[in-house]
Amino acid sequence: MRAERAQAGSASPDAAEGRIFHTSFPARPQAVREALRAAVARFARLMSADEAGTFELILAEILNNVVEHSYQDADEGTVTLSIVQDRRGLSCSISDDGVPLPEDCLRRVLPDDPGRPQPGNLPEGGFGWFLIHDLAEELGYQRDANRNLLAFRLPLCPQKENA
Amino acid sequence: MNLSAETRSGVLIVHVEEERLDAAIAIRFKDQIRELTSSATSRVVLDLSQVTFLDSSGLGALVAIMKALAPLRQLELAGLTPNVEKVFRLTRMDSVFPIHGDLSQLASGDIRHAG
Repeated sequence: MRAERAQAGSASPDAAEGRIFHTSFPARPQAVREALRAAVARFARLMSADEAGTFELILAEILNNVVEHSYQDADEGTVTLSIVQDRRGLSCSISDDGVPLPEDCLRRVLPDDPGRPQPGNLPEGGFGWFLIHDLAEELGYQRDANRNLLAFRLPLCPQKENA
Repeated sequence: MNLSAETRSGVLIVHVEEERLDAAIAIRFKDQIRELTSSATSRVVLDLSQVTFLDSSGLGALVAIMKALAPLRQLELAGLTPNVEKVFRLTRMDSVFPIHGDLSQLASGDIRHAG
């Protein structure tokens, strides 16, 4: 993935570096934890505590899905996470070489949809995609050759340090 | 996986001494809580005040624990931090689990009068 177009505006190279986060890591739960920690730390000063929680939750759900389903807990495979900051928030993309994402995952589940997890039935799973659709904006997916590419946006309210 | 348990007025209280209940820990968490609560007789309260991050895997583990304890024993939660509370609210699981503010409220309130 080429990132040079992310340097919009008149930013100096140093400032541009701060606005781009890029990492590749093994598709394992512990590595997901470390990537989340690094991503949140990089952008923490731009976000309220609530926004940071939302950011980490969306990323965690997407990355966990890659580990558990795309690579089917095979304990091998690489996940690539790229985040670019712009004036309105964060653009995030996640890619992997695993199996294609089932179409059902991309369907936004409406409140009265039978596919939506119902608290009364005490579901132990199925909340991940529900949370992703609920919290992420402009969620998009592309299968390119043998790669999955999932992208979303997280709008951020301007923080003091960012003004 | 760090857990500690105590009994107050017949209620088993388990303190979850972890910052994250996530996919990396969910299965171990579920297994260890089941072990700790195997001798519980009525109410089990999980103190989540040290947990700052919960994902759907952690939530699924809590639901599995609740189901394993039912119908004779009830799983209750206390001390939800803001990001954890948000996951319960978004998934509407806050309507399924009895949720208490914090343990001090429990100690001075309903625990003393329970059973």
